[in-house]
Amino acid sequence: MSLKDKLSELRQRGLADIKQSADLKDVNQVRVQLLGKKGPITEVLRGMRDLDAAERPKVGAFANEIRDDLTAALTQRKEELEQAVLNAQLAKETVDVTLPGTPVAKGEPHVIQQIIDQIEDLFLGMGYQVLSGPEVEEDKYNFEMMNLPKNHPARDMQDTFYITKEILMRTQTSPMQARTLEKHDFNKGPLKMISPGVVYRRDTDDPTHSHQFHQVEGLVIDKHITMADLKGTLQVLAHELFGDKFDVRLRPSYFPFTEPSVEADITCFNCGGKGCKVCKNTGWIEVLGAGMVHPNVLKMAGVDPDVYGGFAFGVGPDRFAMLKYGVDDIRNFYLNDVRFLTQFTKKG
Amino acid sequence: MKISYNWIKEYLDLDVKPVDLAEKIERTSVEVDDVTKPSDGLKKIVVGHVLSVEAHPDSDHLHVCQVDVGEDDPLQIVCGAPNIAKGQHVIVALPGSRIANNVKIKKSKMRGIPSAGMICALQEIGFSEDVVPKAYVEGIYVLPEDATPGDAVYDYLGMNDSLIDLDVTPNRGDMLSVYGTLHDLAAIYDKPVELDHPEVKEAGATIDDQLAVHVDATLSSQYRMRLVKNLKLAPSPMWLQIRLWNAGMRPINNVVDITNYIMLKYGQPLHAFDYDKFNGEDVYVRTAKAGEKLTTLDENDHDLDENDIVIADQKGPIALAGVMGGLDASIQDGTTTVAIESAVFEHDHIRKAAQRHNLHTDASQRFERGVNQAGVQEALDAAAQMMNELADGEVQRGSVVGSNNVPEPAVISLTLTHVNAVLGTKLTMDQVVHILESLEFQVKVAEDELTVTVPVRRNDIHIPADLLEEIARIYGYDRLPATLPTGRMTMGSLTAKHRLVRATRKSLEGLGLNQAISYALTTADKAKMFMMRASETTELAWPMTVDHAVLRMNLITGLLDDIAYNSARKVKDVALYEQGRVFYREDGQDRPAEEEHIAGAITGTLLPAAWNQPAQPVDFFQMKGIVAAYLKDMAVNGDVTYVPNADMPEMHPGRTADILVHGHRIGFLGEVHPSIAKQFKVGTTYVFELNLQAIVDMPKQENQYDVISRYPAITRDIAMLVDNDVTNDQIVALIERRGGAFLQSVKLFDVYDGVKVPKGKKSLAYTLTYQDKHETLVDDAVTQAFDKVSKRLEEELGAEIR
Ligand SMILES: [Zn+2]
Repeated sequence: MSLKDKLSELRQRGLADIKQSADLKDVNQVRVQLLGKKGPITEVLRGMRDLDAAERPKVGAFANEIRDDLTAALTQRKEELEQAVLNAQLAKETVDVTLPGTPVAKGEPHVIQQIIDQIEDLFLGMGYQVLSGPEVEEDKYNFEMMNLPKNHPARDMQDTFYITKEILMRTQTSPMQARTLEKHDFNKGPLKMISPGVVYRRDTDDPTHSHQFHQVEGLVIDKHITMADLKGTLQVLAHELFGDKFDVRLRPSYFPFTEPSVEADITCFNCGGKGCKVCKNTGWIEVLGAGMVHPNVLKMAGVDPDVYGGFAFGVGPDRFAMLKYGVDDIRNFYLNDVRFLTQFTKKG
Repeated sequence: MKISYNWIKEYLDLDVKPVDLAEKIERTSVEVDDVTKPSDGLKKIVVGHVLSVEAHPDSDHLHVCQVDVGEDDPLQIVCGAPNIAKGQHVIVALPGSRIANNVKIKKSKMRGIPSAGMICALQEIGFSEDVVPKAYVEGIYVLPEDATPGDAVYDYLGMNDSLIDLDVTPNRGDMLSVYGTLHDLAAIYDKPVELDHPEVKEAGATIDDQLAVHVDATLSSQYRMRLVKNLKLAPSPMWLQIRLWNAGMRPINNVVDITNYIMLKYGQPLHAFDYDKFNGEDVYVRTAKAGEKLTTLDENDHDLDENDIVIADQKGPIALAGVMGGLDASIQDGTTTVAIESAVFEHDHIRKAAQRHNLHTDASQRFERGVNQAGVQEALDAAAQMMNELADGEVQRGSVVGSNNVPEPAVISLTLTHVNAVLGTKLTMDQVVHILESLEFQVKVAEDELTVTVPVRRNDIHIPADLLEEIARIYGYDRLPATLPTGRMTMGSLTAKHRLVRATRKSLEGLGLNQAISYALTTADKAKMFMMRASETTELAWPMTVDHAVLRMNLITGLLDDIAYNSARKVKDVALYEQGRVFYREDGQDRPAEEEHIAGAITGTLLPAAWNQPAQPVDFFQMKGIVAAYLKDMAVNGDVTYVPNADMPEMHPGRTADILVHGHRIGFLGEVHPSIAKQFKVGTTYVFELNLQAIVDMPKQENQYDVISRYPAITRDIAMLVDNDVTNDQIVALIERRGGAFLQSVKLFDVYDGVKVPKGKKSLAYTLTYQDKHETLVDDAVTQAFDKVSKRLEEELGAEIR
């Protein structure tokens, strides 16, 4: 057998051994066997001295080629086996991804707060200040300066919790109109504000009445504010809170502190305007009161009604939340059942 | 007020359905509560003629009737009404019919006798008991004799009319009448309306010889009477009865019905007195004297006082003016001479009298809002004319007038420019004038200016803004453009407080608490629990219930109520926070100060048990962690310290800490005292409450970049035994003070006070981290510093280093 043939056979046998090696230890053993100092290749190369000088380089090159082939095969086999080990380990580490995630503590804002925040953000974007006022008010601000002198019949429209004859729980956020008008310096620009807060009425709590609820007052006073601006502003509000599909309509109403006074209805949620039980077949649902600020209100707050005028509106977040989410009992908002509070997770 | 569609149509040529008319009214004038047609929902209810009535063989009150209902054969109907009689025309619900409340009537047997239908009372076909004539309240209703058997009954009873229920706002008293509504509708539909006016046929003697009235004009600005003699009291004709019951009023007799009818038509309440019951011929309009009493028509007795306006004769009060007449001088069987009163009473007196005596009548409602002061005589004349026509009365000559102060019509000037500037419209002068004239306002135009004379009946219109409303609503709010305010720019802004409140909510929600909104009005007991400072309570003068009678001075009791509500519903794990006001009052002040607070409460576990993590009941340190994280979030500048407080009666004496910032107490945290928890019916609950306003007002740390050291840190652990009363705060403070320049942090990693340490001692272990920002620390330097601090601990705190 020629040296060349011996080498060829060696290669074949070596590659077969490498292929058969079952683990990294085997691979190492095969490496030592084939390529070690006492290995067959070394031995074959030792026999080169018996060859012709002309043959020697050729056989030498062939032997190196075979050594390289075997080395490459060993490396590849080693990598294959390493990969297999890793795969086996990963397979062992597999988890059931459908098991629930580990709980983390996460609280939710109150649903009414979410509506108030939404209203605040909308009006902040339109250049309004957000102000808050006292919940225990003077009769003067709650009624008198809102053009409701003592004995005004419209006072009967709002049952009031009095503390003394002159001190009461505010029945509306409207006193903030008088309070801000009194302070505002019109030389520095128009007055544009909203004032969210808690209000109180002497009512018996039932599914549709609560002795405590929320209001957001809005007020814009400048030299050229129109009723069309009021309508546009209320439209923006309805679209922001309920969606673009909702339309706003105004109806005449009566509030002593606005003239003209309107009530704003929006398209019924339940039927989309076709008419149903919820909207008493009108297709509309009453959501807020508004109007052009009464000249007496401006005058009493020291603002000249011949120069300045504007609009005011009062929004009820409780009512909005009831309508928007179909909450059928207003008391839910104040009893704080966790199962109720954590239902409203979609923000914005 | 319920307005009859048919009545409106008598005066106004309208081609609209009742629902559309109602919607138009709602969009243009006043709110409409609903539109009803009394016959809606009824079926197969016809006129029957009772041919015979025989006693039921097995009953002492039932009758067996043969009733002609317009068919070939009469129906046999068993009837239990006491007033059934042969020859009557009655209301018959045929077999297969539907009566009130969706009840179906079928053929049946009553005590063995077949009965094909039912003879009905008005209540059974949907009439409210309040409007059924007294004679028929206890039995079946008897129709007029000319009713044709077999006809549907609805037209005989006015039940095919549509009734539009107006919810009239306090300013629109004029809409509480058919005539007032017609004036508005004429403008809305831009159609002429022809109202009729009374012509009185007078006879007999002059009234002045028979009656004198003496009126305090400050109480009654107009007071007029007419006298009608030789009246024949009788039930009113059907058309009149229908008008009344469709408006929700009970027909009584022709005289009383006429006064009510005139009120519905003109909005002017009238009162009819039996003239013969007057003591003397003088009538007085005055305030009541203390001690005077009056029994009103509804047979209730009233103690009068000097704020009540009364009509009196020489002996005493005969009516509570503008509210209700007295029983003694009322129209009763045998009355033949009637004094009709038409007047205007001062609205404030009437409002208070109605409240004081709890008598809110159709009359008081109208006087409170103001009646048409230009129509007092017309209403009086119309009533007199009807008493002549319907009751054969002899109207005496003339009226007596006790006072006669008719106000001048309001004259208001405004410019077209102003109209368009306020409404945002581009109306022309012609459009504006047309609208105002359609309301029967008189308008004079001079260039841009309009001078408008407003009819007296519209007592709600005084200033230009009132006219703007009239123009806008008749023009139509739907036609207003929708724009946004323009003009000088403004910046939207939140106050510093509002920003911090928002950040507070976000922080606490991130820490796992849900926002609660509880009631600020609570019980007297709860109001003064968990107090952070001394304060007087603030009480409502007239609370609705004791549960909501006093203003809260803490937020925690509200949260405990919430937790109790949850645990009563088997929700055991509750984590809540609330942000809101508490109300502190100084002695001698009426008005409390309002302080913004923030509070939290956790019961059960913050994190629910899960498959990979056991439930961990809330404890002091979890709540403290939340408070600390929150205060860090608010960047409170200053040392936050927690000082034990064993003195709050509502809190666990060993598990409560005051929270101090720079030594200033801003709140507390800890476990609710077990006996208080029991009182609230809640389990172990941890709470905190902070003065949020104080946090708002405190200086805050500004955000600033601090270089992160590139050099390695070296840590050393130290464990020590100390006496039980040595606190972690003392140890940490000492280590920080004596730790040397390179000490970066001290972290407690173990606390042990179990069996392996001597009694009265505890073991604490800390990791101290050293780092130099500018170079690598040498081990020796650390060892030196560490040894120094160890020594200090031994010397100053008696620690035994282990
Ligand atoms: Zn609807």
